[in-house]
Amino acid sequence: MSLSLPRTPLQVFRDHLRAAPGRMVHSAFRTGTPSTDRGRSSFVFGNVFLHLHSVRTHRWSLRWMTTAGLGIASVAAFLITLVTGVLLMFYYKPYPDVAYDSIKDIHFVVPTGRFMRNIHRWAANVMVVTVILHMARAFYTASYRAPREFNWLIGLALLVTTLGLSFTGYLLPWDQLAFWAITIGANIAQSPREVTDALGITEHFDPGGLQRLLLLGSDTVGDEALIRFYLLHVMLLPLVAAMLMAVHFWRIRKDGGLTKPADVNQRLGPPPADVYPVFTEEPVKTYHLAAIVRGRTPAVGSGPEHTVPSMPHLFYAELGVLMLTLFVCTALALVSDAPLKELANAQVPENPAKAPWYFLGLQELVAFSAFMGGIGIPAIVLIGLGLIPYLDREEEGTGVWFGGPGGWRLVQRSIAFGFSAALIVESIAIRFGWLREWFPDIPQLVVTAINPGTVLTLIYAWYSVWLVRRYGSTRAGALGLFTCFLCGFIVLTVIGTYFRGPNWEFFWSPADWPGGH
Amino acid sequence: MTVKPGATRSRLDPEPMPRRDVLGLLSLWSMATALLFATVGMFRLPKAAVLASPSKKFRVALPDTLAAGEPFVPPGRAVAIYRDPEGVYAISTICTHLGCIVHATTQGFECPCHGSGFTASGEVTRGPAPRALDWLQVSTSGGLVTVDEGVTVPSGTRVPV
Ligand code: HEM
Ligand code: FES
Repeated sequence: MSLSLPRTPLQVFRDHLRAAPGRMVHSAFRTGTPSTDRGRSSFVFGNVFLHLHSVRTHRWSLRWMTTAGLGIASVAAFLITLVTGVLLMFYYKPYPDVAYDSIKDIHFVVPTGRFMRNIHRWAANVMVVTVILHMARAFYTASYRAPREFNWLIGLALLVTTLGLSFTGYLLPWDQLAFWAITIGANIAQSPREVTDALGITEHFDPGGLQRLLLLGSDTVGDEALIRFYLLHVMLLPLVAAMLMAVHFWRIRKDGGLTKPADVNQRLGPPPADVYPVFTEEPVKTYHLAAIVRGRTPAVGSGPEHTVPSMPHLFYAELGVLMLTLFVCTALALVSDAPLKELANAQVPENPAKAPWYFLGLQELVAFSAFMGGIGIPAIVLIGLGLIPYLDREEEGTGVWFGGPGGWRLVQRSIAFGFSAALIVESIAIRFGWLREWFPDIPQLVVTAINPGTVLTLIYAWYSVWLVRRYGSTRAGALGLFTCFLCGFIVLTVIGTYFRGPNWEFFWSPADWPGGH
Repeated sequence: MTVKPGATRSRLDPEPMPRRDVLGLLSLWSMATALLFATVGMFRLPKAAVLASPSKKFRVALPDTLAAGEPFVPPGRAVAIYRDPEGVYAISTICTHLGCIVHATTQGFECPCHGSGFTASGEVTRGPAPRALDWLQVSTSGGLVTVDEGVTVPSGTRVPV
């Protein structure tokens, strides 16, 4: 037996020092290197960021066709705007005139400033696109149905927040583009006056004026307005968005993961040989909570069949989407600069003064009636969208693209109908004018109530009611209505973007604009 | 609440709230009240008692050559001032639709934003503007004209020079 000398305190200290880095890592992650299935599971489970995901993911959720990665792409775009936005805040100063100069500095002087500004601008645009497409995919796969109704509402709140973030950001450069878009936006907030004025009650009841006042903090677009928009843009709305997202994701887990068709296992078939590992070890499940809390808990009651470990399968897919989004944003930022016009001038409006592209459909409607286009119709659309999951209580076609009575054929027909209706109404208004041009003395309330926007809304509503009766199904009506509104949105946005010139007149191409634009 | 022996309640059933837990109820309601007042106060804050906006009153001299019905737009103001044999009057050039600045000509006004048109006296002829342009309060003294952009007057009001 060899004699082992007692270790000196200094030796003990040295050993601890040597072991410190390893112990630090271990104390942070607790699990060893996540190389086995079980190790990865506890890694996901024990990590505050990763545990938003369940440890295992159903194979259905990982198909490209299920989500097209659109939700994750929205998160990715949001994160990109967050990082680039914080960088822009190093130089941006929210005070009129100085604001314009600071953006100019960022654009022309600050190293990588222009690149960051471009990425920020593009990521914001990408986010609007992906959020709208993501909503469309949730709708067309009937993923809003019970128990996901409330998450659909959270989604709508996210849509509004996303648009709000873009709109508030639009003012910050304080150039002509920004100033007039905000002037118009703030006056849209004031447009309930169109109705209260016509009724002669504005003096006593003026919600429009109050809304505008709260938005601008003054009766003109000035320094108060800029600081308010800045506050909304860099603090309030990002916080609201982050909180809503947390609830959105948490709900997805509590609702039992993504929507799956009832016959999902037959649809999937046996897992292909190269999918590894579909199910190797019995996962350690704790039923303690499940025993106390009533209601749905993920995957209890249905076995782990057809699930694969989230790590690595889901995480690689998410990383892939994140990198793709980043690539798209940086590529766009390299080829196209964010615009910066002349310094804002409160006396000379831009002509035409155009809002950001995703609001040009609304601007087209606003050019018929400020109240209906800016507040009435958007409110009707939002309320309609919010009601969908509570009216459609059917089960056919859940989790399937264009699922439900009528299916893809109905959607095709609705596309044709939606486009033609929008194009016909617009053509009439563009070619022949509208009520005011025909009957100059017509009361304003009539124009507010009957204008191309409301007429189009009514046509779509009538079509959808007809579908509900024809197919005996609310889902069929919803499919038609949602498709029609998407088509209307596209038609109005394209006309507003490409075919409207000075004085908001119709031009076949910007080359025809007067004044040699 | 104590569970009597033999009672069939499971320990997992929610416990009924003790009726006489006055302190608990009190704190609950005090919090609700405080929240209510805090919220009301918070919504009161963004509406300032005095608005920070540039002065609405200004004074100009009209050019001697100004013909009847010809607009004079002082630099930096969204107002068109006219002089005809009956007197002086001022029409706001802020579009009643969504607040763009309308272009003043001798024939009338045109809005660049959504194509509203107005007659020389501000009545709507076409486009989405819901009402006529505002006529503004004018006063004259010693050859100078004072316009108050904050006060509207009935359409057609003229002030003798
Ligand atoms: C900032 C905006 C949003 C973000 C970041 C976001 C993110 C996500 C993510 C990551 C998922 C997981 C599945 C997927 O990728 O599709 C998801 C699912 C879902 N989202 Fe969103 N979302 C947003 C807005 C919306 C909107 C506007 C709606 C609809 C009004 C919506 C409704 C839903 C629904 C119903 C699900 C569950 C789908 C299912 O169970 O199959 N979300 N969202
Ligand atoms: S602001 Fe003048 S027509 Fe719209």
